[in-house]
Amino acid sequence: MIKAVMVMNTQGKPRLAKFFEYLPLEKQHELIRSVFGVLCSRPENVSNFVEAESVFGPDSRLVYKHFATLYFIFVFDSSENELAMLDLIQVLVETLDRCFKNVCELDIVFNYSKIHTILDEIIFGGQVLETRSTEIMRAVEEISKLEAASNAITLVPKSASGWLSR
Amino acid sequence: MGSQGGFNQSKEFLDLVKSIGEARSKAEEDRIVLSEIETLKRCISEPDIPKRKMKEYIIRLVYIEMLGHDASFGYIHAVKMTHDDSLIVKRTGYLAVTLFLNEDHDLIILIVNTIQKDLKSDNYLVVCAALNAVCRLINEETIPAVLPQVVELLAHPKEAVRKKAIMALHRFYQKSPSSVSHLISNFRKRLCDNDPGVMGATLCPLFDLITQDVNSYKDLVISFVSILKQVAERRLSKAHDYHQMPAPFIQIKLLKILALLGSGDKQASENMYTVVGDIFRKSDSSSNIGNAVLYECICCVSSIYPNPKLLDSAADVISRFLKSDSHNLKYMGIDALGRLIKISPEIAEQHQLAVIDCLEDPDDTLKRKTFELLYKMTKSTNVEVIVYRMIDYMISITDNHYKTEIASRCVELAEQFAPSNQWFIQTMNKVFEHAGDLVNIKVAHNLMRLIAEGFGEDDDNGDSKLRSSAVESYLRILGEPKLPSVFLQVICWVLGEYGTSDGMFSASDITGKLCDVAEAYSSNETVKAYAVTALMKIYAFEIAAGRKVGMLPECQSLMEELLASHSTDLQQRAYELQAVIGLDAHAVECIMPSDASCEDIEVDKGLSFLDGYIQEAIEKGAQPYIPESERSGVLNIGNFRNQDHHEPSHGLRFEAYELPKPAVQSRIPQALLPSTEIVPVPEPMYPRETYQTPVTPIPSNPSNAGSAELKLRLDGVQQKWGRPTYTPETSTSNSTSQKSVNGASAVNSTRETYASRKPQVEISHEKQKLAASLFGGSSKPEKRPASGHKVSKASSHMVEKSHVPNSSMEVASEKTVPAQPPPDLLDLGEPTATSTAPSLDPFKQLEALLDTTQDASAANGATAASRSPDVMALYADTPVFLHNKDDADLLSGLSNPSVTNMPGATARPQLTQSSSKGSNPKDSLEKDALVRQMGVNPSRQNPNLFKDLLG
Repeated sequence: MIKAVMVMNTQGKPRLAKFFEYLPLEKQHELIRSVFGVLCSRPENVSNFVEAESVFGPDSRLVYKHFATLYFIFVFDSSENELAMLDLIQVLVETLDRCFKNVCELDIVFNYSKIHTILDEIIFGGQVLETRSTEIMRAVEEISKLEAASNAITLVPKSASGWLSR
Repeated sequence: MGSQGGFNQSKEFLDLVKSIGEARSKAEEDRIVLSEIETLKRCISEPDIPKRKMKEYIIRLVYIEMLGHDASFGYIHAVKMTHDDSLIVKRTGYLAVTLFLNEDHDLIILIVNTIQKDLKSDNYLVVCAALNAVCRLINEETIPAVLPQVVELLAHPKEAVRKKAIMALHRFYQKSPSSVSHLISNFRKRLCDNDPGVMGATLCPLFDLITQDVNSYKDLVISFVSILKQVAERRLSKAHDYHQMPAPFIQIKLLKILALLGSGDKQASENMYTVVGDIFRKSDSSSNIGNAVLYECICCVSSIYPNPKLLDSAADVISRFLKSDSHNLKYMGIDALGRLIKISPEIAEQHQLAVIDCLEDPDDTLKRKTFELLYKMTKSTNVEVIVYRMIDYMISITDNHYKTEIASRCVELAEQFAPSNQWFIQTMNKVFEHAGDLVNIKVAHNLMRLIAEGFGEDDDNGDSKLRSSAVESYLRILGEPKLPSVFLQVICWVLGEYGTSDGMFSASDITGKLCDVAEAYSSNETVKAYAVTALMKIYAFEIAAGRKVGMLPECQSLMEELLASHSTDLQQRAYELQAVIGLDAHAVECIMPSDASCEDIEVDKGLSFLDGYIQEAIEKGAQPYIPESERSGVLNIGNFRNQDHHEPSHGLRFEAYELPKPAVQSRIPQALLPSTEIVPVPEPMYPRETYQTPVTPIPSNPSNAGSAELKLRLDGVQQKWGRPTYTPETSTSNSTSQKSVNGASAVNSTRETYASRKPQVEISHEKQKLAASLFGGSSKPEKRPASGHKVSKASSHMVEKSHVPNSSMEVASEKTVPAQPPPDLLDLGEPTATSTAPSLDPFKQLEALLDTTQDASAANGATAASRSPDVMALYADTPVFLHNKDDADLLSGLSNPSVTNMPGATARPQLTQSSSKGSNPKDSLEKDALVRQMGVNPSRQNPNLFKDLLG
């Protein structure tokens, strides 16, 4: 299963971090930091795989991909295939690209919740759910459409205190 | 959709992100975030916040938490948002809680109700959001609350929902297999779902289930094969293609499953050959995902029952991977090679140069993978090259985790395949020098033992050469600055034991070095202790050899320091050293025999050397020793038996008086026994009875799924009772053990043959040489038995040796006293006892000590003891000579005669009797008879003792 998905920029600032097994906040940050430490010390033109057992414990592998100013990182165990995970990163990035038209770091920063929505369509509870970016896009668009609709309805004031009292 | 993407963010959020992005230091960022937290804390608790605003705040909280700051004050607001009707607010709430909370968080209880409701929602997006939360937030106890709804969703018209429901069920299975064990058939059913996506999702839980228990799913082999065939033949719609590959992720999952099912099963494997061969042919090796499928095929082929044709295809793919320029493919190639050489070892040599290239690659990951491969293919012919390489690499890295791993692998390989002990010691030295503190202490003990034992054969010359070379190398290594503690311990021990044994180095050389060590590592008590003990050994050997001992000034100052050390261990060692130096050659030789660390210390547990003494004592009328087991509780019976045995004629007389008492004693446990047996019987009945009542609602449970929330608690209760029925774990262990057996046999077969062949390509001479040493040379199929065998052989006294340095008390006891004398029977006043003892007699030694040292106190103590029973004084004196509890007992034994003043009367049993017996007249009568029977006249020797006995 997939243990974690991280997106961070080349300065080590986390842009997205999703852990599929609960970890305390401090631990999450320690991991993000140590992953960055490993990644930034790797030379160019080497493999996209890193031994992650020293960071994430036994039976864990890490695959990363470097796009412009961002690192996309997947951490998973032996039940997944490294090359396939590399392609899953590709799926994620392709989807983001479709969604934002030439995705860049700022898109990810400013559309934080949307990135989560997309990721939720790709990975569900640590398992790969969908790998077709058209399908993912369709689902995400439907969600945003319905959300917009529900938002429009609730814009009609329904007395804000009403939902608080519930 | 532009970059705003319909998820409009407010200006504040944008400003926050921007200012954090522009922060130049971590401190500045922290300051910004902290002020943001303050703002949010204030804002979020205001009444009547518009929903949009609230959602905005929550997103900001999530963002803050991602940056590593605590946002727990806002959790409750996120929980509240999940209750909202608006989809967007609800989804934001769910997103926030899945990121904020874990399944055991206190707030979960507030969400479970909402989740239950949302799982039944008409809006499938709400259902999806709830399922998402279910995966993350439901724990073992709350599973029953949502399980019925999730199961119902397996038949939802939307395939997206079905997929997620399966995943959620899978998640439940991972968290608590027993809670969904009755629902596992659902996974099989969903395998036939119309939608390929749902079918693909089902493979995830099935993969887990099959990993746990292969045999229950053998019937699915045909189905899996046919699905894989259809996928590979592009029977799925074009929509499932990914980079021109038909549903590659499904193919990969299926291949993984087939690998599990076909492992060691010829019949199942035969069904798979065709389809795997097809995929080998059809997969596009130019795309990444195509290679992923190919790699998975290799894994499958190496796992299932071998098929020569498929192995050939696999070897072809591997060579394509290894020849590729992509590091990723090289990595996969090396990994695949490691899998395949288990089955066909000969393929490794085709790729020897590629492997060596990978070993020199700048990519660390690839290097490590290659070392893993080398580790798998090590044999006695190439162990030197491989370990040499590994150590080189080990020295170059800083990552402690991997350093430890590679060090332990070096040690393992060296122990298994070492061509010579010399090489082994050198290798170990290197490992210790560079990764000493990361190595298991056992490795150090093994090394010490190997040096002490030598080759294990009768080659004394070789052994001493080995030791000299070890000593020499250690003296050289000691010059290095900062050595690991474990290594220093080994060095000190070897120097102490063998430093002067070959005459190459004088005692002052070695002691000087040892003092340097103790001084240089003065903060490390263990090393110091080793050094002091080594010093003691050196001096002892000097004394034993009849040479005069001149203590170096630095050694003397060290001793002075240690005599006042805060560590009692060090202090004791120092005192021991002082005492040993004061002894004469004969005594020292007994205490510290040269090169005797491997001698088995014979412990005569039967204490046979005391037989003569006991015999004599019994003849004199002493009572035989009654083992404690017979003595406790049923003392009387034991006495009776003995009396019967000795004088059956008296038996009758005692029976009349004494029978009732032992009878009662023995009857009580008998009466108790059945009652304790009865008690457990009704106990299991309680759970059974109570279990049956709640069990009845269970079947109706899934159908009642729609009923009220009240059910929640009931379900939880049922689960509690139902839990013990869970069984799958036994089968797990079965399957894994089976697997490991297969793996082991496969490994053995890899060691079979590696024919040497010249590298086909013209490459630099150096590389060719390396390749030849790695892959070439005739191979010895079996592991070198000598060292491995030795390990097991020696392990018996390993135990003793390993704690030699830990406590000098034991050193003394092991070397001076061959057996533990029984304190009860000791009587130094009896000359016959010592004469019957074996040659290495503790008493004699003690006497020798006492005589030669002329240190009057103990000798006086011994003689004085007969006059005055001043045991404490004796104890106070003893540590100077022997810091040994046994010997202290021995000495206290000296004082025994003065206390009891009655040779032959064994004190302990009688004394315990006297203490356990009250002033019961019957008991005293019995005593009286007993005493008379043993032929001891109370009035004759010590009336006081018998006064006590008789009350």
